[in-house]
Amino acid sequence: MSDYMIEFAKVNKWYGNHFHVLRDIDLQVRRGERIVICGPSGSGKSTLIRCINRLEAHQQGTVTVDGLELSDDVKVLHEVRRKVGMVFQQFNLFPHLTVLENLTLAPIHVNKLPKAEAEERAMLQLQRVQIAEQAHKYPLQLSGGQQQRVAIARTLCLTPQILLFDEPTSALDPEMIKEVLDVMTELAEQGITMLCVTHEMGFAKSVADRVIFMDQGQIVEENNPHDFFNRPRSERTQAFLAKILAH
Amino acid sequence: MNWLRSNLFNNVFNSSVTVLLGTLLLYALTQAWGWAIGQAVWVADAEQCHAARGTGACWGVVAEKYRIIIFGRYPFEEQWRPLLATLLLMALLLASCMRVFWQRWFAAVWVVVLTVFFILMHGGVLGLATVTTDQWGGLPLTILLASMSVLGAFPLGILLALGRMSDLPVIRSLCTVYIELIRGVPLISVLFMASFLFPLFMPEGTSIDVLVRVLVAMVLFAAAYLAEVIRGGLQAIPRGQYEAAVSLGMGYWLMQRKIILPQALATVVPGIMNNFISTFKDTSLVTIVSLYELTGSLDLAVNSDPDWMAYKLEGYLFIALIYFVFCFSLSRYSQWVERQVNRGKVH
Ligand SMILES: Nc1ncnc2c1ncn2[C@@H]1O[C@H](COP(=O)(O)OP(=O)(O)O)[C@@H](O)[C@H]1O
Ligand SMILES: [Mg+2]
Repeated sequence: MSDYMIEFAKVNKWYGNHFHVLRDIDLQVRRGERIVICGPSGSGKSTLIRCINRLEAHQQGTVTVDGLELSDDVKVLHEVRRKVGMVFQQFNLFPHLTVLENLTLAPIHVNKLPKAEAEERAMLQLQRVQIAEQAHKYPLQLSGGQQQRVAIARTLCLTPQILLFDEPTSALDPEMIKEVLDVMTELAEQGITMLCVTHEMGFAKSVADRVIFMDQGQIVEENNPHDFFNRPRSERTQAFLAKILAH
Repeated sequence: MNWLRSNLFNNVFNSSVTVLLGTLLLYALTQAWGWAIGQAVWVADAEQCHAARGTGACWGVVAEKYRIIIFGRYPFEEQWRPLLATLLLMALLLASCMRVFWQRWFAAVWVVVLTVFFILMHGGVLGLATVTTDQWGGLPLTILLASMSVLGAFPLGILLALGRMSDLPVIRSLCTVYIELIRGVPLISVLFMASFLFPLFMPEGTSIDVLVRVLVAMVLFAAAYLAEVIRGGLQAIPRGQYEAAVSLGMGYWLMQRKIILPQALATVVPGIMNNFISTFKDTSLVTIVSLYELTGSLDLAVNSDPDWMAYKLEGYLFIALIYFVFCFSLSRYSQWVERQVNRGKVH
């Protein structure tokens, strides 16, 4: 078994028969490593991280998560999904359940935790994201920033070893971005393996161990944040950074 | 007053239309009132009714025949049994509509009440004379058919809707073919098949009760329509809900039960209730296969009696009132359910 938490080896993926969305992806993520993925819209960033918990299936190559090679084997899938938590751009909270029920549903029914214990743990996670007083509200009664923090707390209730973030702040009003980034920064300091698709370059600089730049389904460049931002090697990266940092 | 002026009398044309329609309406109402109330005969007296023909309604037909209209061919001396059974079943249905009873243990109450219902209706035990299902009739039969069809069609409709949305091609095509097939034929032909055609395929000597066959037919029919209503609700659920559930490690059934179906069903409450109401009224078609539910037992009550044959219209109005009370209650209940399921949605 390798000491990598996540390993992509020569991964190719197509949507339909013709659209080649991931091209020869090779990527190794160490245990506890924090990676930021950026790149133009449509470059395949979401697809890449969605292959890790198999929301999308790849067609060629292998994806290995904590020693388990992904396939259609439901047992493996179940194992992997227990290790991997995911936070979405649109939060995807369950609107018909209260915040607390959102957090306890999977622990009670998937992990078979007693209800009282699940609720106790959920309250701890809600305190961690500083939103415990909203436990009995419904998601749509909260602000976007609060909803995203609930979504983060929801995945934490399953004690994942890997956290995937897909543009977690893109749907938020500017004044709410910081409260979510603060929570993510706090998590990054706990040693959890993180892959984060984001264009928040401040976050990338202060938190990431490595920044990956994707374009047209390929990993074009990867480097530590300092060199990535100060000495981008490829022209495409330079053009992208110029655009992003101009804002 | 202001509303009247601005909506009904705001110009010459509108004013004259208002006056004209108002006059017509008034005329129709006084005529109807005179026929139904003013000139009507209330006692079961065929002579008086005959005298009032053309000017007044004969409600006496109801007074004379209500036992047959309500209970059909059920033996006269034993009619306390369907009465008691129906009251029990109605109480059960009413209770099931209330939130406090939405508990697991209530399923046991259902089993008990339905058993008691069957024992009372059918007899053959506890010293009760046996009354076979072909003698059941009237309101008890209507309520039994309606409630059991709904009870059966709901889970089946959900399964069909899920099947039609399934990723597995075989299941998807089977469900699609089934739904389209059933929707393509009228209920009457399904009932005919259930009652006349189906027994031909059974081995000699065996037979399934006609009531059961008709009930199965009604369930199969209602489920196909219900499935399409529910599918509409399923399509309204954003993909993100599935993705969140899957990434939290939920399996298919858990996800459907806790995440997708509660939301999907909540969005189509009016459509589901609509389906229940039609199913209730569709029970009147089983007359065609010789089960005398409410509509059939009315025929039974008046057609054979030359004294009262002429007053079938009054009889129809009477059972129309019964249908209306049930369907209107269902529709009011639907509005209450909508408010219940929308509670989490307030912004
Ligand atoms: N389910 C899908 N079917 C077909 N094409 C898709 C699907 N999902 C994404 N795509 C396409 O694949 C490309 C990459 O998508 P995505 O991974 O979401 O990019 P990014 O997250 O970098 O914006 C886009 O061009 C998108 O339109
Ligand atoms: Mg994306």
